[in-house]
Amino acid sequence: MDVERTTLPGIGLRHTFTSERGRRIAVISHRSGHRDVVIYDRADPDTATETVSLSRDEADGMAELLATSRVEERLAELSRQAEGLTSEQIAITTGSPYDGRTLGDTGARSRTGASIVAVVRNGEVIASPRPDFRFRGGDVVVVVGTADGTAAVAEILTDG
Amino acid sequence: MHSSALLLFELGAIVLGLGLLGAVSVRFGFSPIPLYLLAGLAFGQGGLVPLATSDAFISAGAEIGVILLLFTLGLEYTTTELVTTLRRSAPVGLVDLVLNAAPGVAAGFLLGWGPIAAVVLGGVTYVTSSGITAKLLGDLDWIGHRETPVVLSLLVLEDLAMIAYLPILAALLVGTGPLDAAATLGVAAVAVTVVLVVSLRFGRRVESFLHSPSEEVLLLKVFGTTLLVAGAAQSLQVSAAVGAFLVGVVLSGPVAHTAHTLITPLRDLFAAVFFVFFGFSTNPADLPPVAAIAALLAAAGILTKLATGWIAASRAGIGPIGRARAGAALIPRGEFNIVIAGLAVAANVHPDLGALAAAYVLILAITGPLAARAAEPLARLVRQRHDGA
Repeated sequence: MDVERTTLPGIGLRHTFTSERGRRIAVISHRSGHRDVVIYDRADPDTATETVSLSRDEADGMAELLATSRVEERLAELSRQAEGLTSEQIAITTGSPYDGRTLGDTGARSRTGASIVAVVRNGEVIASPRPDFRFRGGDVVVVVGTADGTAAVAEILTDG
Repeated sequence: MHSSALLLFELGAIVLGLGLLGAVSVRFGFSPIPLYLLAGLAFGQGGLVPLATSDAFISAGAEIGVILLLFTLGLEYTTTELVTTLRRSAPVGLVDLVLNAAPGVAAGFLLGWGPIAAVVLGGVTYVTSSGITAKLLGDLDWIGHRETPVVLSLLVLEDLAMIAYLPILAALLVGTGPLDAAATLGVAAVAVTVVLVVSLRFGRRVESFLHSPSEEVLLLKVFGTTLLVAGAAQSLQVSAAVGAFLVGVVLSGPVAHTAHTLITPLRDLFAAVFFVFFGFSTNPADLPPVAAIAALLAAAGILTKLATGWIAASRAGIGPIGRARAGAALIPRGEFNIVIAGLAVAANVHPDLGALAAAYVLILAITGPLAARAAEPLARLVRQRHDGA
């Protein structure tokens, strides 16, 4: 993303960029602390069609909203790397030896040291599944552990 | 009646009257400057209700008004902004200067008022009112438009030009001969350079001297420093206004921000007094004879500013509608045109000069904002016609 920075003498700064879909957007940072979000005309890139004035708090709030998901992703990534843990997602295919068997049957934790922390079924997350949880074809199993441990779980789930 | 009671009555009536006029201007969304001028005309010599006792106070107040106007203007810009703008947009600034000073200079010579009057009138027709224009950009939601930085840089360059112009004018008005004038200019140039270097190198120290957690202390320190520097500049014949402007430029950061909020009400009061004072010293009877010339100059002033904005914006790669907006935003004239004319009137350059400047500013302070409102719809209409044809 190319951001163009322009000083507005006596007012503050303006940062402008063009989105992938061709809309020009600018943020004006007033010296007083408040911010304007400016949206430009589709046909005439010189003309601001909409200027939304945000107070300092509102601007912070909006920035948070825009950045939240990405921040969370990064945090998760960091904590995984920090502890030497990796997480892996393993799909249970319909022909898998554990299709129809329970989580307890795998003995994953005692055999590998890695834990099955969640299962994604039909787009829904089932967190901390119990040992009597029964796998079905199409499930995605989320495993957390050392790199060797998660690889071993993947082997068990696919090859038995 | 006791004279101090009379003084209070007159001052109270004037300031209250200005407040009411200000309310009218706020109601209709235009600059109060023309109304203040009209009020001054009504109360001054040859006006409807001439005042007598408060003259001395008003003239001192007017002096402070000019100083505060320039000081807050200097506060608007940081030194780095001034320097980078000068580096980047100097050619456009030159176009602005040449195009817009030309009608005034020509009028000065054509009327046979002499070279000094020509220099004064050039200044009067040149400067855009940064106060009115900045307010206009905010009111019309034009700050986001792409040509706005172009408009703002032009305003900055005009203010820089004023730093050079005011000492030149001061030297010419003193009129002691070319050698003295050159000496004054030399002093001015040195003073400006010193101030800019000080502000770039030691800006922090100046701020920490002025800084105070108490707003009261800060206000007194800043106001006192500004008046002192303005007085020093005046005694070097560099013009008090330039001194005040430079103090404003040196200040930046939190001190500047607080000073701005603290000084603004003071400035509003004294600036209003200044406009009234200017109206005072103009005889309303002098207006009709110069009205035609003022109207011609105003028409020229509209065209030259439109051309300036058009050229400057197209140089920045902006389309026709943005160019029209840039030109229209530059049309308003106001405070500094009157400041310049005020200096000339004080030096008795020509008896009709004050009236001409007053009429000129009256016309453009009112039509400028109207023109800005009309510019965009008109530009779109012209383009549609053009596209349709």
